[in-house]
Amino acid sequence: MTGAVVIVGSGQAGLQVGLSLREAGYAGRVTIVGDEPGLPYQRPPLSKAYLLGKIDDEGLRLRQQSVLTEQQIDLLAPERVAAIDRVRRVVRLGSGGELTFDHLVLATGARNRMLSVPGNGLDGIVSLRTLADARLLRTRLLAARRVAVVGAGFIGLEFAAVASARGVEVHVLEAAPRIMARAVSPEMSAYFLGRHAERGVTISLDAAVTEFVGQDGRVAGVRTANSAIVAADLVLVGIGVQPNDEIASAAGLPVENGVLVDAHLVTADPAISAIGDCAAHPNAFGDGLVRLESVQNAVDQARTVAARITGHPEPYRAVPWFWSDQGPNKLQIAGLTAGAEVRIAKRDEATGRFMVFCFRQGRFSGLETVNRPADHMAARKLLGGHRSLTPAQVEAETFSLKDFLVSHPVAA
Amino acid sequence: MPNVTYIAVDGSRRVVETEDGTSVMHAAVSNGVAGIAADCGGAASCATCHVYVDEAWLDRVPPVGDDENDMLNCTASERRPNSRLSCQINVSPDLDGLVVHLPETQL
Repeated sequence: MTGAVVIVGSGQAGLQVGLSLREAGYAGRVTIVGDEPGLPYQRPPLSKAYLLGKIDDEGLRLRQQSVLTEQQIDLLAPERVAAIDRVRRVVRLGSGGELTFDHLVLATGARNRMLSVPGNGLDGIVSLRTLADARLLRTRLLAARRVAVVGAGFIGLEFAAVASARGVEVHVLEAAPRIMARAVSPEMSAYFLGRHAERGVTISLDAAVTEFVGQDGRVAGVRTANSAIVAADLVLVGIGVQPNDEIASAAGLPVENGVLVDAHLVTADPAISAIGDCAAHPNAFGDGLVRLESVQNAVDQARTVAARITGHPEPYRAVPWFWSDQGPNKLQIAGLTAGAEVRIAKRDEATGRFMVFCFRQGRFSGLETVNRPADHMAARKLLGGHRSLTPAQVEAETFSLKDFLVSHPVAA
Repeated sequence: MPNVTYIAVDGSRRVVETEDGTSVMHAAVSNGVAGIAADCGGAASCATCHVYVDEAWLDRVPPVGDDENDMLNCTASERRPNSRLSCQINVSPDLDGLVVHLPETQL
């Protein structure tokens, strides 16, 4: 075999690089180094179907071992990369030993941010990112009577919906003045605030946590700057993530909220790429460098890098999309909607379905929908084809995105 | 264990044995059957696990849901009367031997 690709990270991005390399006929060695035990698995169900017992570990698995064996993809897990030697083009493994590469792909992901307040070491305060976290949370939830969720982002609100559906009292504490503030428009934040309230979830805004209080080493409540203690015997902290960019930085690669890459997802070293949650990349749908935390971004960036390594370089330009299932409400986002100056909300009174069209710097930048998957798909097509859409068109009472696409076909 | 047969556009067949309750999508993807992308992992969010259910099995698979129906209008290959999203069909003893045909493309 000629050549060797080493992939650091066995999440959805890392695995996809290996699979796409083989799909494209890459004949060199492919090694994935992952710091979690076991086979690669999907994370999105951890805060939803897995907690509800609707799927098990097997259902989370992205590929069986037999597929990796057949594809000659070596998975070293649990194993850690201790350092990258760019001169010799080797990575040093945590357990000793070295792997030689002629191309290195950093798919190291991100880790949960911690809340540095007194009492954060109490038993019963958990976070959710890995399968191990989800197993613990599932067990704890069975015994919980009152749950507090710190942070009203996707993970926190998905978990709140699950816990509430199980009949547990849930109180969400959010430091910002609205929920999902970094991810969606103010209109969508307000909409979801209402949906969660209807289902019995209490949400406090402008509620920065100052302390966890406990008894006998176990958490008993959460104190915020401006209110009484919220009683809780289980606390989920979901206040965002930070990229795992330390090994890149230690190897002298520029990092700034993620490993810096160009439009081809190459770092400052042409032999090293970075993808997925850990990569700060120029995105055609955003302003400047962005770092996205999504399955779409992980998988599409993996495909872009695998194509380049196998001789088909193309800049990364996939349309970003996201989803979050919160109880019966499926939020979907096509494009990047943050910072939109012009927003048009449309509600279908008959069905309660809701969507927000977002425009930034005069251009259609994205669509947020609730339980409208076809409109979501239509928006992705529209964004991918770079078709213009104006606020005036959207505001027309009879406007339908699907009809618009039919009458303004996207060139193939 | 029930099995599912996947027939590619070129006529090649793959038979996968799987557990009860596993989706037709997951059985394929986790076992490396080419031709199903399933970018969203089974959340009916991406329309990239499109299959054509073999005519002989059409009356035995559960009906198309509302979301699935909407998403089926968004598939990369043409929608036909027997089009389904394979993440929305779970394997069961009743569906042992199910045959599905893979579309030309998912992306």
